[in-house]
Amino acid sequence: MYSSTDIIGILPEFLLVITAILVLILDLLDKRGETAGVVPLSLVGFIGAGIVSAFLWDRGGYAFYDMVVADNFTTVFRVLLCFIGAITVLVSPAYLRYRDIRLGEYHPLLIIAVFGMMVMVSAADLLLFFLGVETLSIALYVLACLDRRDSRSTEAALKYLILGAFSTAFLLYGVALLYAVTGFTSYAGIMENLRETTPDPLAVAGIGFLLIGFAFKVAAVPFHFWSPDVYQGAPTPITAFMSVGPKAAAFVALIRVFGIALDGTADVWMDALAIVAALTMTLGNVVALRQQNIKRMLAYSSIAHAGYLLVGIVAGGQRAFAALSFYLVAYALMNLGAFTVAMLVNRRGDGDYQLEDYKGAGFAHPLLGATMAIFMFSLAGIPPTAGFFGKLYLFSAAVEKGYVLLVVIAVLNSALAAYYYLRILGYMYMARPERELKPVPRLGAYTFTLILTSAIILFIGALPAGMLNLLFAALP
Amino acid sequence: MPQFVFLVILFPLLGVVVNTFLTRRWSETAIGWFSSAMVGASFAGSVATYATLLGFDESARHFQQVLFDWIRVGSFHAPATLLVDPLSCVMILVVSGVSFLIHIYSIGYMHGDPGFRRYFIFLNLFVFFMLLLVLGNNFLLMFIGWEGVGLCSYLLIGFWYADEAKATAGKKAFIVNRIGDFGFLLAIFLIWSVFGTVQFHEIIPRLGSFPIGSSVITAICLLLFVGAVGKSAQFPLYVWLPDAMAGPTPVSALIHAATMVTAGVYMVARTNFLYSMAPTALEVVAIVGGGTAIFAASIGLVQNDIKKVLAYSTVSQLGYMFLACGVAAYGVAIFHLVTHAFFKALLFLGSGSVIHGMSGEQDIRNMGGLKAKMPTTYWTFLAGTLAIAGIPGLSGFFSKDEILWKTFSSGHHTLWILGVVGALFTAFYMFRLLYLTFHGQFRGSRSQEHHLHESPSVMTVPLVILAVLAIIGGYIGLTPALGGTNPFEHWLHPVVTQGARAHTLLGEASHEVGALEYLVMLISVVVALLGIWIARSGYLRQASWPGKLSKGAAYNTVLNKYYVDQIYDTVISQPIVKISEVMAQWFDLGVIDGLVNGVAAFFGWVAGGLRRVQTGLVQNYAVLMAAGILLILATLFYRVLF
Repeated sequence: MYSSTDIIGILPEFLLVITAILVLILDLLDKRGETAGVVPLSLVGFIGAGIVSAFLWDRGGYAFYDMVVADNFTTVFRVLLCFIGAITVLVSPAYLRYRDIRLGEYHPLLIIAVFGMMVMVSAADLLLFFLGVETLSIALYVLACLDRRDSRSTEAALKYLILGAFSTAFLLYGVALLYAVTGFTSYAGIMENLRETTPDPLAVAGIGFLLIGFAFKVAAVPFHFWSPDVYQGAPTPITAFMSVGPKAAAFVALIRVFGIALDGTADVWMDALAIVAALTMTLGNVVALRQQNIKRMLAYSSIAHAGYLLVGIVAGGQRAFAALSFYLVAYALMNLGAFTVAMLVNRRGDGDYQLEDYKGAGFAHPLLGATMAIFMFSLAGIPPTAGFFGKLYLFSAAVEKGYVLLVVIAVLNSALAAYYYLRILGYMYMARPERELKPVPRLGAYTFTLILTSAIILFIGALPAGMLNLLFAALP
Repeated sequence: MPQFVFLVILFPLLGVVVNTFLTRRWSETAIGWFSSAMVGASFAGSVATYATLLGFDESARHFQQVLFDWIRVGSFHAPATLLVDPLSCVMILVVSGVSFLIHIYSIGYMHGDPGFRRYFIFLNLFVFFMLLLVLGNNFLLMFIGWEGVGLCSYLLIGFWYADEAKATAGKKAFIVNRIGDFGFLLAIFLIWSVFGTVQFHEIIPRLGSFPIGSSVITAICLLLFVGAVGKSAQFPLYVWLPDAMAGPTPVSALIHAATMVTAGVYMVARTNFLYSMAPTALEVVAIVGGGTAIFAASIGLVQNDIKKVLAYSTVSQLGYMFLACGVAAYGVAIFHLVTHAFFKALLFLGSGSVIHGMSGEQDIRNMGGLKAKMPTTYWTFLAGTLAIAGIPGLSGFFSKDEILWKTFSSGHHTLWILGVVGALFTAFYMFRLLYLTFHGQFRGSRSQEHHLHESPSVMTVPLVILAVLAIIGGYIGLTPALGGTNPFEHWLHPVVTQGARAHTLLGEASHEVGALEYLVMLISVVVALLGIWIARSGYLRQASWPGKLSKGAAYNTVLNKYYVDQIYDTVISQPIVKISEVMAQWFDLGVIDGLVNGVAAFFGWVAGGLRRVQTGLVQNYAVLMAAGILLILATLFYRVLF
């Protein structure tokens, strides 16, 4: 039988599943299909799971025969994922009603997706991690095509499904090969049995396949092709969600698998990962320069950010992992905020998210303009924002480990990226509108999201030490 | 109480926040009194802090309050921690107390100004930054306050920004201060690289391994002093302060006389543990201070704008404070800082009252005879004038005389002579100002005469309070020679002797009262009286010599402030503008822009090419991914096999 520590260890996940089921039942009870109750219920589920997660700080540990690890590191990211889920729920309803998407289908899937990510984060075993990845992916495939009348949405989902299946095979293959060599699928077992710097060729292939699987999930070059198309096609709240949640979950797993369990074999995969990191940030930024659609621009921007984040894995060590975690938090806040602005500017539009629409918007809508400025400054890494300190910590940790060339590439990339982020601000404040901007609705949930995310970004940017100390304390 | 010190800086900040977001619809009176109340609360907190310190044992009169961990990068650590010790306690009392009075005064002075609310936001923000500057326990926090007060100073000098001359004065202050700030920043960098910390209490124990006169510490001190010279308007960076009089007069009183400009003096006194190890740096401080004291006083002799006279007087008095610092009499410098805050704030507020009554007139040649119409202003102004002139019994006498005595007794006889001549000038220009403004016949226009009135009580009450302080404020530092025990020096003693070896350097100060001390004192008094007498003959009795003198070349040189502004303009500003124009033309537009546009075009071209890879066809994606897979596996196996 399972002990109480087992149950406590997965309590937040458990709560989410219950919420998902309740939301489904609630939707079934209402024949009209427009159930308002699912929104508050989902919100309560996320907030409850977040609070329970936070409560497990210093109280969790290994559970289910070491399959699950509910340490403080897990706790931090469970809370972050619940926060991302809650924000997504907040900004979704208005958009969904407008696009005529059923709330009763959307919300359970969203909760299941967050559930999958939480499993990825708290897994201490490659198999459990794989289950988490698949739960997340299947939920996302469906979410991406929920806007059934939009052919782009369906096309994006299909592409995502095909390429995702392709990469899943590699991930599973990698797990199998590592099991074949070491006899373990648990992170701890693999770490114990794979220490030599020149391992078995079979293990090298396993590590390579695992790396490829991860690279697909974080949309690293050259496995990024799905992301711009899917980001553009998916309903915008889902794009916002996809750009931050799965990335955070995958990077936590990357820290646990590559950063810690496979640390002994770092010599083998280090170069490949460094090359992927450099290519990812460079390609993401360069292509983003020419985008005219803000969703695509943010898609490439998020590819570039995956490149910066990979620098943290390459560098390795406590400082780099703390910096990486810091950056994940900052990135989640600023991307959610930026997408919220995008949703507002185009809410009455035709799903056409052109940058031209931002001309003159800064003065016409002061709150929108000011918060967008904060998000863009943070994404570009300009102080005093969270994004600046994220980059500072990340790059200084890498320099300390001697990856000077990689950091030089990353810093040059940051300079390049400033162009397309600040261009939006240029449009917002220095250009005259070419056509009348459609009225931007005043919606409490959106206003709240904008103020909350930008306030946290500025707060962390002004007083970064508290956040960093917390993350240091949480590292495994 | 120690855990509540943060309230001292929190209240003004609260004032800023509330005024920014909530008081848009409030009446002027409500905004003014609310802002004043915030500073008043801060003053109450300072008094409570003082009481707490008094309760401690004399040797342990200091404590720190950690607010939060601010920056921690690698081995660099700067906490947001407040340091309360006798020195910072004196400073917060003076800053919050004088600010409180000036806030109240401003309610009357700024009455009816369209920017009334903005004015009080800036003023509260200034108080916050100034208190942060003096309470910070490390150089970085001090620097934040330092830059913050500089910003507020800029915003308030150019408060009436629609007038281009005033906006320009704001810019000038900001730019000249940046030169000083650059020195301060370099000093902080050097301190961090030498000591590995920026916190005062961590630096002191690490000084042991450096010899007296160590070149690196001398360099630190000189760089810090560059910052002080900028902020405290000493030669050669004093040029911004006279122009800063473009701001509203209460701002001149608060920022450009009583508090912000003394930040440099505070900084030198705060870092006395460094200066006491660098005799060369101290010598530089003394010479710059003494030189500025007489130089600025001589310009003050001939100015005709009531605020300009006071501005040069401030520069000169700050020079005296640095002179005291330079002869390692840090406590005396702070003593003069305190008394100066009282009488100079009083004089500026008095001049504000005059300008208010004269419908904006600032030229003293158009005044005269205001004594009858503005009695409260006159009598309080007289008290301030007597105090600054160094008449025995008033505050300025005690502090200035002690500076001169410390200068003389430490062997700086030349500097002492400069100081004494400066004192003569001071007495002269102040009484010239007093006579021209308040005595004789009214020389202004008829409409000015018609409107002439005493200011409302919201303005005169602060004047009276400050006048009382200007009269009695000196008794806190009554020296043994005058029958006192000098409680002020005693109070600051633990702070100003932090450099453990300062004593060996400077010798134990002799507490014996000698005839020499009385002689030096007598000379100061005689000189002050002489200055008053000359002013009296020239401007009250209207002798003919001022008119004759004003035709001489020397007079014109001084009237034009020794042409320093023109020299700066010709030697520095003009060439920089010329070079900038040339650079802008060919280097920026040609080379830089060409480079930037070239790079942009290049990346645009690359991006255009790469974009085409994103065909939208899954087959293509799969092929490219397969290529990537092969590449990654190849890299991995290459590492293992070779």
